[in-house]
Amino acid sequence: MTSAQKLIRVTYVALLILALLAPVLGLYPVFVMKLLCFAIFASAFNLLLGFTGLLSFGHAAFFGSAAYITGWLIKSQNLSPELAIVAGAIGSGLIGGVVGLVAIRRQGIYFAMITMALAQMVYFGCLQAPFTGGEDGLQGVPRGALFGLLPLASDTAMYYLVVAVFVACFLFISRIVHSPFGQVLKMIRENEPRAISLGYQVDRYKLLAFVLSAALAGLAGSLKTLVMGFATLSDVHWTMSGEVILMTLLGGVGTFFGPVFGAGIVISLQDMLADKVGSWVNVIIGVIFVLCVLAFRKGVVGELQAWLERRRRAQSAPGA
Amino acid sequence: MEIFGIPLQAFLGQLLLGLVNGAFYAMLSLGLAVIFGLLGVVNFAHGALYMLGAFAAWIMLNKFGINYWGALLLAPLTVGLLGVVIERLFLKHLYKLDPLYGLLLTFGLALIFEGIFRELYGASGQNYDVPELLSGATNLGFMVLPNYRAWVVLVSLLVCLGTWYLIERTRLGAYLRAGTENAALVQAFGVNVPLMVMLTYGAGAALAALAGVLAAPIIQVNPLMGSNLIIVVFAVVVIGGMGSIMGSILTGLGLGVVEGLTRVFYPEASSIVVFVIMVIVLMFRPAGLFGKEA
Repeated sequence: MTSAQKLIRVTYVALLILALLAPVLGLYPVFVMKLLCFAIFASAFNLLLGFTGLLSFGHAAFFGSAAYITGWLIKSQNLSPELAIVAGAIGSGLIGGVVGLVAIRRQGIYFAMITMALAQMVYFGCLQAPFTGGEDGLQGVPRGALFGLLPLASDTAMYYLVVAVFVACFLFISRIVHSPFGQVLKMIRENEPRAISLGYQVDRYKLLAFVLSAALAGLAGSLKTLVMGFATLSDVHWTMSGEVILMTLLGGVGTFFGPVFGAGIVISLQDMLADKVGSWVNVIIGVIFVLCVLAFRKGVVGELQAWLERRRRAQSAPGA
Repeated sequence: MEIFGIPLQAFLGQLLLGLVNGAFYAMLSLGLAVIFGLLGVVNFAHGALYMLGAFAAWIMLNKFGINYWGALLLAPLTVGLLGVVIERLFLKHLYKLDPLYGLLLTFGLALIFEGIFRELYGASGQNYDVPELLSGATNLGFMVLPNYRAWVVLVSLLVCLGTWYLIERTRLGAYLRAGTENAALVQAFGVNVPLMVMLTYGAGAALAALAGVLAAPIIQVNPLMGSNLIIVVFAVVVIGGMGSIMGSILTGLGLGVVEGLTRVFYPEASSIVVFVIMVIVLMFRPAGLFGKEA
């Protein structure tokens, strides 16, 4: 194990301990939970953009539709929370299958535009469907009891559930990326014609990556409904698709921890600024977007990795 | 008189409304196609520039007393200049990168413009009166035609066809098209390509702003008017394919009409019909109706 890998492992352990101790340390649990939900969302998005090279501009559709599905199942069907969350993830995975099937027919910017258009369709669906509460959304979704046993009404119980789901998602994504399947995805990202010429059914790999990403994004949305107690139109709006792109870009596309870090920055920023500056939040987010694209394309974690890599090279080749 | 159980007057009214929307789709997708062709940037800010055009007209009228006709000229000029600045400051640095970065950068710009105007004017709409000369309606016997709507369709058609003529039939257009194919070679022949690229983005921005001024008296001028439109225009662009100027114009107008007809026969679906058509087109002609397979 190289020193860099050791450093990363130590950092992860330290962060996990911090996450477990957060309620004791006096961090506001609802804030940390919201942050972790968006960290899952951004990591799921990164699976597609960072490791497969597909820019979806419509991921809010999966996040938001799962949020609605979970909210509706709990509120109107009295389903237990774990089933409602799983149903949300499966639902958004199915929607992801349909969207993916259409979108992978084109590449690059067309892919982005198609996903955006289809997500807008989902948005209108959520606006008009009879069970989504229209402009109001679904409000006052109760958290219920996990497996009918463990009541989640207290923020502490809910908090540890969110941490557990987040860690599971993080490990799952890292497992996908390091699997043979993940290697093929990276090859598609680097050189699609080569993958085709080697006999890989590229479209199938892309579609599966899309469905996985959509389902995980849905899981994040479902969890968010449970934490916050509501699902609204802003969950499916295109600005949400933009936000998740920003989180990933800011943290570092194609890094494991980047999206988590990016989600942390964006959510903290929104949380701090929301009541102080009003609509300027969007302006600030726009400015960060522009700066990231112009000068900071690797993102925070990406730049850090590049720096560590440079240092390692300088050390291993002294005098060169 | 009725068509499929719909009163003729209502039918033609929706058809005209569809044509008006189609005219906006056509103007905006035209600008997107020209910008993408030369710059390789999918201009998400196009919707915001359209919004800026409408707001420029509103501000000119209410703060400076410049009437509609003045705004029709000045608003596109102002926004076109802003486009030139955007190109010089930001887009210039992205040409060697993946086109996705252009989309992301212009998305950020759109958020900035929208955020500023939302802060200044709120999310609700501002009224902009139809200019006196074009107010009222003409009775054609079989329908009452609102003069302003007819004017919008007429002007947009002229502008679209003018742009088509400029690009497909003039020497300047030949440079543009050559630049789209191979910018380095055109530069080697002594054409100032960076200047051409800058002016193209400026012209695209001006075109979007002109659409905004035309739209101002029809819809409420509000900060979000552009983004709601731009996503539909993206679908229009995917359907038409960005390869052909005339293709963009025809697709835009055609989809506007289809949307209008949907509003007559099945209003619930009118907001998504363009997206549904996009899916169908992608199934059978992935490159778009007028597109070439890359």
